[in-house]
Amino acid sequence: MKNYSAFEIIGPKMIGPSSSHTAGAARLGRIAGKIANYDIKKVKFILHGSFSKTYKGHGTDRALMAGILGMRESDEELKNSLKIAEEKGIDFEFIEDDLGEVHPNTVKFHIEKSNGEEIQLIGSSIGGGNIKIIEINGLRLEFTGQYPTIITRHLDYPGIIAKITKILAYYKINIAFMSVYRQDKGQDAFMVIETDNKLEPKLIEYMKNSIEDIKNIYLINSI
Amino acid sequence: MKYKFNTGKELIELCKKHNKKIYEIMLLREVENSEKSENDIFDLMKENLYVMKKAVKKGLEEDIKSVSGLVGGDAKKLKNRYEKDKTVSGGKMLKAVASAMAVLEVNASMGQVVAAPTAGSCGILPGVLITIGEEFNIAEDDLINALFTASAIGLIISLNATVSGAEGGCQAETGTASAMAAAAVVEILGGSPQEALHAAAMTLKNILGLVCDPIAGLVECPCVKRNAIGTANALISADMALAGIKSIIPFDEVVDAMYRVGKSLPVALRETALGGLAATPTGRSIMNEIFTK
Repeated sequence: MKNYSAFEIIGPKMIGPSSSHTAGAARLGRIAGKIANYDIKKVKFILHGSFSKTYKGHGTDRALMAGILGMRESDEELKNSLKIAEEKGIDFEFIEDDLGEVHPNTVKFHIEKSNGEEIQLIGSSIGGGNIKIIEINGLRLEFTGQYPTIITRHLDYPGIIAKITKILAYYKINIAFMSVYRQDKGQDAFMVIETDNKLEPKLIEYMKNSIEDIKNIYLINSI
Repeated sequence: MKYKFNTGKELIELCKKHNKKIYEIMLLREVENSEKSENDIFDLMKENLYVMKKAVKKGLEEDIKSVSGLVGGDAKKLKNRYEKDKTVSGGKMLKAVASAMAVLEVNASMGQVVAAPTAGSCGILPGVLITIGEEFNIAEDDLINALFTASAIGLIISLNATVSGAEGGCQAETGTASAMAAAAVVEILGGSPQEALHAAAMTLKNILGLVCDPIAGLVECPCVKRNAIGTANALISADMALAGIKSIIPFDEVVDAMYRVGKSLPVALRETALGGLAATPTGRSIMNEIFTK
């Protein structure tokens, strides 16, 4: 059972009009932005369900874009985000589609970074501004951004998880929740580690440099 | 976890065991979960109260128009009436209702609000609490405590049902907001934790089955007016509970019923703008007008 803070029930402080379609969308955008290091050349937003039906009226498009640019859901500039993105030369598109058996408020991000690297991310806005990410680059997983989170993309072999958690133990980072996902044995795998402590980018760099079978690490300290 | 609760029943047991009010248990739970100090948590909630107060003031005093132009100015109209005329439903009631509408109008104009529990229902809690605060001369700290009472109710509904209109209809959004507000008023005016839960249960029961059918999918019409009626619902249920009236169905079972009703609502009536008022000839023509603008 999910554990909510009092400030998830009364909160967030936000720009209207909709907690799920505006504030939640901005938060989803911000996670996508963080995973892409805010380096975005092109982005396609594929909108599902209620998101696809009502995004214009709720400013979901402006909120998603504001988030991907790094704005918070309480930022008064949120309503001008599409214009700001155009000025930054970001190529963007909103597409209405069906993403299958997912929450009614779901969006898929197709991001292309300036070096050509592509990131795909699916997330849902589950009510009251709360969100969850359910897929990264085709792999099903789940995290909420409620805790400082590390996501590793690594090669699946015995001992890799121990190598990663050993570094966390050394830095006295307490793991609250941890999940491991993979496509096939010995292939690409993902690990989602949600912690009780704020994570320094330095620690992430160290992890990446000292374990060569880690292909990517994404860090989200808070949304 | 000493102060963990998932249901109304567990909350009441904790209140009895520690001889505390709902807001105290909620605050202690937050301390336990976040490892922040009681003072820091209290100050964070104070910020929420200030944003709420600012939104009420703005909506009652300024000329507001929503982005689409569909709503705005109704809160001021109602304020004029309760200030000048003898009203049908009473000045205190209408002041709370106008305040709730004011916040919703600010929200629809892409202004700053606090989701409580959602933005579509963000008028009810400030409308009720700020008005009761003024009318009964409640100290600011007690109003902040009342926000913790309200969040405990919202928490239980979030854990066991939903507060999202897309998932459970308007009953899940404004219904939850009203239940939160009703329980908070009961506790602020000296009611017991059990009475607060009776108020929350009665509020939800009164609104069971209400669909989410906003015109053009916007949080404007009928949302502003549903926050108005949600405010009245909260105040009446609070008075009923304070009079000793009990909900025959216990709070937890009402929450469960609300969830089951929400799940069985067709998608057209869950925030998709495909059914209900949104699908009326006028609703459709307004939608076309807004989207071709």
